[in-house]
Amino acid sequence: MLSFILRRFISAVPTLFLIVTMAFFLIRVAPGGPFDLEQPLEAKVMENLQRIYKLDRPLIEQYGLYLFSLLRGDFGPSFYFRDFTIGELFARGLPVSMTLGSLALTLAVLVGGTLGTVAAFRQNSWADYVVTGFGTMGLTIPNFVVAPIVQIVFGLMLAWFPVGGWNDGAPRAIVLPVIVLALPQIAVVARMIRASMIEALRSNHIRTLRSLGLPTSVIVRHALRAASLPVVSYLGPAAAALLTGSVVVETIFALPGVGRYFVEGALNRDYTLVMGTVVMVAVFIMVFNLLVDILYALIDPRVRYE
Amino acid sequence: MAEGSVVPLQAVTRPVSGRSLWADARTRLVRNRAALTGLIWLALMAIACIVGPELTGHRYDRIYTEYTRIPPSLEAYPTPDQLAAQAERIGSRLRAKPEGIDVTGDTLRATYVGARPIDERSLAFFERSDMFGPAKVVEKAEEGRRLTVEVPIERRHFLFGTDTNGRDLLTRTLFAGRISLSIGLLATFVAIVIGVLYGATSGYLGGRIDLVMMRFVDVLYSLPFIFFVIMLVVFFGRNFVLMFIAVGAVEWLDMARIVRGQTLSIKRQEYVQAAEALGVDTRGILRRHVIPNTLGPVVVYMTLLVPKVILLESFLSFLGLGVQEPMTSWGVLISEGARNIQGAAYMLIFPSIFLVSTLFALNFVGDGLRDALDPKDR
Repeated sequence: MLSFILRRFISAVPTLFLIVTMAFFLIRVAPGGPFDLEQPLEAKVMENLQRIYKLDRPLIEQYGLYLFSLLRGDFGPSFYFRDFTIGELFARGLPVSMTLGSLALTLAVLVGGTLGTVAAFRQNSWADYVVTGFGTMGLTIPNFVVAPIVQIVFGLMLAWFPVGGWNDGAPRAIVLPVIVLALPQIAVVARMIRASMIEALRSNHIRTLRSLGLPTSVIVRHALRAASLPVVSYLGPAAAALLTGSVVVETIFALPGVGRYFVEGALNRDYTLVMGTVVMVAVFIMVFNLLVDILYALIDPRVRYE
Repeated sequence: MAEGSVVPLQAVTRPVSGRSLWADARTRLVRNRAALTGLIWLALMAIACIVGPELTGHRYDRIYTEYTRIPPSLEAYPTPDQLAAQAERIGSRLRAKPEGIDVTGDTLRATYVGARPIDERSLAFFERSDMFGPAKVVEKAEEGRRLTVEVPIERRHFLFGTDTNGRDLLTRTLFAGRISLSIGLLATFVAIVIGVLYGATSGYLGGRIDLVMMRFVDVLYSLPFIFFVIMLVVFFGRNFVLMFIAVGAVEWLDMARIVRGQTLSIKRQEYVQAAEALGVDTRGILRRHVIPNTLGPVVVYMTLLVPKVILLESFLSFLGLGVQEPMTSWGVLISEGARNIQGAAYMLIFPSIFLVSTLFALNFVGDGLRDALDPKDR
């Protein structure tokens, strides 16, 4: 197992390198630059800026410089958020996004798992239809529709929670964004658990358990183990996406997370910011894919990594 | 051969037709009530969006400056209050006061009294307003200081109300549906063409080529998706056709994986080996045997990809990267509605109902197709 993890880490290096290379050249080929403002800067000012940020060097040299600073763990200064390095921006934003994301993920697993299990045990009953209906709704209603509705209902009409803002992570402030983030995930998890649970309940070892007259809790425990495999492989990339922030939720609820950096970075040609987010997301995706593989082996003893 | 042309005809009165996989799937799909409802709903929605904008009596980009943020109603506009107010307002332009405003049927009759003779040319203000047609002078008295005019009223219906600029929301919602649906279909088509070709080639050739091709897909998977789409938007500008070809070009990754998996099992089948033995070239085998047999999962995935692309377009429009004014899509309308949710909630509700019901229908059809094409589930 340990050697498997080690090998995965080593094989991640070339993938990461390819991703960095592709992203670097893609953003550089895009027309426009970080200092192309509405009113063009004076030629001399522009020249100085380019020299300070080393944009006047040949592209291949810049690429080499960037790779070296990346190896030292230095993401460079931001072009758009002046006076900040990318590292500082992430140090402030990531905790916010990760708090929201991990809470939403936990909520999704707990609620979605429960709903899916209940629906599977009572297949084709009203409870099942409610869960599948809810699942379809969660998948089809975009979160930028849900978010304003939630804000109006719980923020303004009932005035239970603040409409937006981070407020240093006060529990009341993060309830609404976490719910909005979690809703589609709850829907997906419930659907997947329901489908795989129905299949698991038909399998031989569960039928044996049932014929032995064991209590439902024991049956659920055994069936969940088999049914959770597809959900685990879905949750890997989903967790990476949740933890690295959502543009929509962070914009609507005015949260200082890292989600909006994707958009702001690319639109303002903030080269280092774009590269930083690309590297961050890629690392998250790889780590979570590895976690999924490890979890697989823990859940299903038939899976072995030599 | 199902016609049985060599069999003597007395045994078979009607030609026996075999049930192909597709015919079987069709009957099963039609029997699935949710899927059938979804199909019918989609057809109705498509017809409404294609024909509808021409039938509402409004153009999608026509601005009625006097009717901004009008709530939805079945009544015709203008209302009597609005007429009086408007007649008053035009009167101030004519430097005259209206007396005895009288509305009979579709004409308004009013007498304007001014301190000085009223310039008849300024009656053009009536026509310039969205509520009236050209004005006609009926009576002139006191050397033109007293003017009686008759103006036809233009009645308009705004079933879904109007937006903040005074454009008819029904027309815009239907027009937006045209754009959203065509974006969904276009991008999905692109994604499927790329995905099927790439996946089938990779799976069929196998070996080192397969390894390299799939590694490339893995790398693309790890790139943040939003970054990729935004980069494409940056490249192609805000040209909507090019942009959604680009979105399709991003969405093909799953498709390629699915098709590759299918191809791996198909290429070991006897008929493929037979074709190889007969010396059919690779392209021919791919086209004749491999790709048609992967189409089942592809069709299912397609119905689930269309809503995904429509949602993606809404998301991009929400960020301001999608379709540009005065063109519109459901996503644009919804994000506009979300901004005006207080006071004009209908601006959010109507486009949301259209979008969500379409996505619902597509999901039902997709689920139904998956069940219908699943050979295990008979």
